[in-house]
Amino acid sequence: MEGVNVDNPQSAGIGRVRAWRRFREKAIETFFLANGLFAVLVLLAIFSMLFTEGWPALKRVPFGEWVMSTEWDPTSPVRESYGILALIVSTLMVSIGALILAVPLGIACAAYIADVAPARVREIVKPVIEILAGIPSVVVGFFGLVVLGPLLAKAFHAGNGLNGVNGSILLAVMALPTIMSVSEDAIVSVPQELKNASLALGATRWQTLMRVTLPAALSGIVASVMLGMGRAIGETMTVLMACGNAPAMPHSFLDPVRTMTATIAIELGETVQGSTHFHSLFVIAFFLFLMTFAVNLVSDIILQRVRKRMGGA
Amino acid sequence: MPNPTNHIELVTRDFSFYYGDFRALTSISMDVERNRVTAFIGPSGCGKSTFLRSLNRMNDIIPGTRVEGKVLLGGVDIYGKDVDVVDLRRKVGMVFQKSNPFPKSIFDNVAYGLRIHGERNPSAVAQRVEESLRAAALWNEVKDRLDKSALDLSGGQQQRLCIARALAVKPEIVLMDEPASALDPLATQKIEELIFELKKEYTIIIVTHNMQQAARVSDATAFFYLGELVEFDETKKIFTNPKEKKTEDYITGRFG
Ligand SMILES: Nc1ncnc2c1ncn2[C@@H]1O[C@H](COP(=O)(O)OP(=O)(O)OP(=O)(O)O)[C@@H](O)[C@H]1O
Ligand SMILES: [Mg+2]
Repeated sequence: MEGVNVDNPQSAGIGRVRAWRRFREKAIETFFLANGLFAVLVLLAIFSMLFTEGWPALKRVPFGEWVMSTEWDPTSPVRESYGILALIVSTLMVSIGALILAVPLGIACAAYIADVAPARVREIVKPVIEILAGIPSVVVGFFGLVVLGPLLAKAFHAGNGLNGVNGSILLAVMALPTIMSVSEDAIVSVPQELKNASLALGATRWQTLMRVTLPAALSGIVASVMLGMGRAIGETMTVLMACGNAPAMPHSFLDPVRTMTATIAIELGETVQGSTHFHSLFVIAFFLFLMTFAVNLVSDIILQRVRKRMGGA
Repeated sequence: MPNPTNHIELVTRDFSFYYGDFRALTSISMDVERNRVTAFIGPSGCGKSTFLRSLNRMNDIIPGTRVEGKVLLGGVDIYGKDVDVVDLRRKVGMVFQKSNPFPKSIFDNVAYGLRIHGERNPSAVAQRVEESLRAAALWNEVKDRLDKSALDLSGGQQQRLCIARALAVKPEIVLMDEPASALDPLATQKIEELIFELKKEYTIIIVTHNMQQAARVSDATAFFYLGELVEFDETKKIFTNPKEKKTEDYITGRFG
């Protein structure tokens, strides 16, 4: 039809804007997707590297020996043994010990700072705690070696005091800032309306904290514990310095223990590259990787359950 | 001076409230009658919410606040030295403008108040939960999904859930701060019908910006302006023949 201007400049302009916006949306989406893929790629690369480097050792030593035997002696002139059960147990023991100390303390401190302490205390305490997280692990280990060790030795008549407890305490100190800081953020972000609802029903502050605020902050608190746990399992220098490093099955927290990380760190420099011993250290790393992966997976499942039960986000 | 007869539930005398140096309420004196609906109206910022929150001491949690004068509940000054705030808030329940169910199941939301006040018997809790949900006209809609999250309910249902939660602990007075302001007309109507039912058992004080709502649901109406109680009378009187010029201007929409 005549008179109808199809090439209306205005509508063309709008069309261009729309196309540009669509392009931008697409670009942003692609950017995030690429980042996610990259992270997954790195993870897969590490995983496959550990596996291929460990493979020669895995092939030579029967699988049962790795996970069932507690004997770790790859350099024995008589019979080399590659049991890492004692190392796995040591790692778990020291980490769980650390969590038993750090989790209640961390959450209690977080709740205090977030919910009880006056604003001024919070402004001072929180940054101080966060600085605590930045102390190098070798310094913490040194503290365990020269201060905590002798103290424990005296208190429990436990040799030189370099043992599982020592490591647990140090790891707890290292995990505490993370647990406290991340939990505190989660507790602070619980909406005031929820607390008001509880208080208006005649709940005390304590009841409100325990029954409303902490449950509502649960996913953040669980995340903080997982971050702390990750740090504890992976920590090397501290446990290497403070745990005594006896590669045997520990029978109590007062036994000297050697974690998986410490074993790798101690032995990697001494092995002949390409030897079974060399490759076996990658097998340890591989198992360590699987363990952290399992921890994360389990916590994710727990979190999802919690969220579903509470509904909403 | 107050002449505490049977039908008076709550009395305030020369009650003033301060946020720091700012005086938000000036010398409010009012008698609230039992088993009636009292509406608070007035322009935004005139102190309705502040006054409402003063009646169950929810203002206590705001730092730097201060009160003068008296609020008497059953003849006892709720700001007196040995008043147990926990007990006061159990007696004077509150429903907030923005519905705020806990991120818990529907059942646990209503049971919350019972449990914190020490009710351990599961069948007693279950019975009271049902009673409260029925009283809040929500039972039929949720009875088959009591264990589902309260956050999955609609806005109007959530607000009625909050009312049920407040009723569960058997308060004497229920304070409602614009309980229907975020709801559509149908949900609002449900809340209004509910309020009408509730006054048989409870004394209700409601803040509202909606003149028709105040006229529909309330028996007495208080008009606030700049922190002062301008006029307080029977709702009929306020809406047909107010004494004060300011009241008339406000309800006829000439300002505010
Ligand atoms: N937490 C607070 N700190 C300081 N001042 C406050 C606080 N809450 C309210 N005020 C002030 O007190 C006065 C009364 O506020 P209030 O919330 O009681 O008004 P309102 O009548 O409920 O208003 P609206 O109808 O908008 O809800 C206002 O001037 C307000 O700015
Ligand atoms: Mg208000």
